[in-house]
Amino acid sequence: MVMDRPRTGGTRTAANDAELQRGLTMEFGRDTPLMLDCGVALGPFTLAYQTYGTLNAERSNAILVCHALTGDQYMTGIHPVTGKPGWWSLMVGPGLPLDTERFFVICVNVLGGCMGSTGPKSLNPATGEPWALDFPVITVADMVRAQKLLIDQLGIDRLFCVTGGSMGGMQVLQWAASYPDKVFAAVPIATAARHTAQNIAFHEVGRQAIMADLDWCGGRYLAEGRNPDRGLAVARMTAHITYLSEPALHRKFGRRLQDRSSLTFGFEADFQVESYLRHQGASFVQRFDANSYLYITRAMDYFDLAQEHGGKLANAFRNTPVRFCVVSFTSDWLFPTSENRSIVHALNACAADVSFVEIASDAGHDAFLLDEPEFSETLAGFIAGCAEHRGLNGR
Amino acid sequence: MSPLDSPKPAARAPLRPDLALIAEMVAPGSRVLDIGCSDGALLEFLAQERGVTARGMELAQKNVNACVVRGLSVIQGDADTDLVEYPSAAFDYAILSLTLQATRDPRQVLEQMVRIARHAIVSFPNFGHWRVRMHLLFRGSMPVTEALPERWYETPNIHLCTVRDFIALCRDCGVEIEEAVVLNDRQHRAGLTTPHLANLFGQKAVFRLKKD
Repeated sequence: MVMDRPRTGGTRTAANDAELQRGLTMEFGRDTPLMLDCGVALGPFTLAYQTYGTLNAERSNAILVCHALTGDQYMTGIHPVTGKPGWWSLMVGPGLPLDTERFFVICVNVLGGCMGSTGPKSLNPATGEPWALDFPVITVADMVRAQKLLIDQLGIDRLFCVTGGSMGGMQVLQWAASYPDKVFAAVPIATAARHTAQNIAFHEVGRQAIMADLDWCGGRYLAEGRNPDRGLAVARMTAHITYLSEPALHRKFGRRLQDRSSLTFGFEADFQVESYLRHQGASFVQRFDANSYLYITRAMDYFDLAQEHGGKLANAFRNTPVRFCVVSFTSDWLFPTSENRSIVHALNACAADVSFVEIASDAGHDAFLLDEPEFSETLAGFIAGCAEHRGLNGR
Repeated sequence: MSPLDSPKPAARAPLRPDLALIAEMVAPGSRVLDIGCSDGALLEFLAQERGVTARGMELAQKNVNACVVRGLSVIQGDADTDLVEYPSAAFDYAILSLTLQATRDPRQVLEQMVRIARHAIVSFPNFGHWRVRMHLLFRGSMPVTEALPERWYETPNIHLCTVRDFIALCRDCGVEIEEAVVLNDRQHRAGLTTPHLANLFGQKAVFRLKKD
């Protein structure tokens, strides 16, 4: 993988975690703090990011990928913490839809995250201790404002494309609404313009699981030398069910038993699906911070793009020059086609340039992370078409 | 072979004659919405050869996906229900090719088309064509012709009309006919100077319309 480190005017800080040493970071807000939606002025703060491919001389081939709730900037290549391939390895790379031989692909760990960007586990300069719950509540718009600072520092005036799934898709919509002249094309995937009551409800269950863990210590677990692993694992297990679909669970596990031939009449993981969820929970706590989980889920809950624009989503995109491609998946019940279609309806209402594709898949919400050939072809085709309109040369 | 197997055909097949006729009615550089754009053949032609800003709406998801893979801006949508979302005069042309007869409410679709676009271009199979009349007269069964290939129980066409019927609908809706051409069964073109002959010999009809 080509790891290009562009020269920028930003201040690069030493990565704050040993395991993140290969990562790129940039510091902001030392002179002018970032005004957050909650009213707090945040600064200084760090954003950790990765880039793949090379920025062209015109700086016109940059694609910003926005990651989902528990994603991070390590989209492809070997992840420095998990040792596994990055979350979008199937999509980002030479010859892939986000072709790194053609495009300069950027991914930024969201503000409030835990992979190098400033979040609740970072040190509060005022106290010298981790921020914990003193960290200000972040919104999707705040995440995007912070990313805009980084894009400016990279010397990129206009992004060729912004894309991402789930919460990443929310950021895509926010980018297009906040900075329509800075985005040529936008691909929101498996997302919504507002978080539904059902999704807020699931997030609340996850947060309550974390906060009910005695090791959470009112959020001050780092200072106490503890970690709410059990609560965070339960939060992940609940959430993971919502990322799949009933047919996918049935296909993967059915009612098959785990390493045994009969029921134990006890509460061990008799079923494969239980064992799988326990594994998902246990591995998640190795790489994710519980307070970050609280903050980022809250950001998604607060997201309602129409509300910022007089209750009418179309107002968010009036006269937009951005070319959109909205993608949904048939079996996604967390961000169903109906939610994605309402984005399309709003874009139609302002006669925006929009494509809308629903991909047939039984993989549920997670489909955007998986090998779905029709999805890859759609993304590649849309991006190739946009590159032609943008006057970006082929390889 | 599925349409997804060849995202960029090396050479474009010539446009179907009725689509070529529609393409000639579209001014270069204009904004076009092709309703029921199928595999996007007309849209791609208009975008590449006429420099139009091309958008499409298509009912079949498989066709939509194939269009987007080809770099066309197309959404999955239904002419009967989704045209109401567009603002008025958003396009220069709204095109509906060989689809009107398959809509649930052709009159409302026509009215929406002249609302969202300055011009509407509508083509349809003419049920007044002599072969259709002969079929019904001599065989006494629902016509199956080149332009109407499906049998009555499998056709999506639920609102078939003749050239005469369509002219009457336009009059009822206050829609002005700017241009009208019929194609006979050898794909030769004729105008509407003698409407009853056009209605007899036209296999397909193409109308360019605008709101009065």
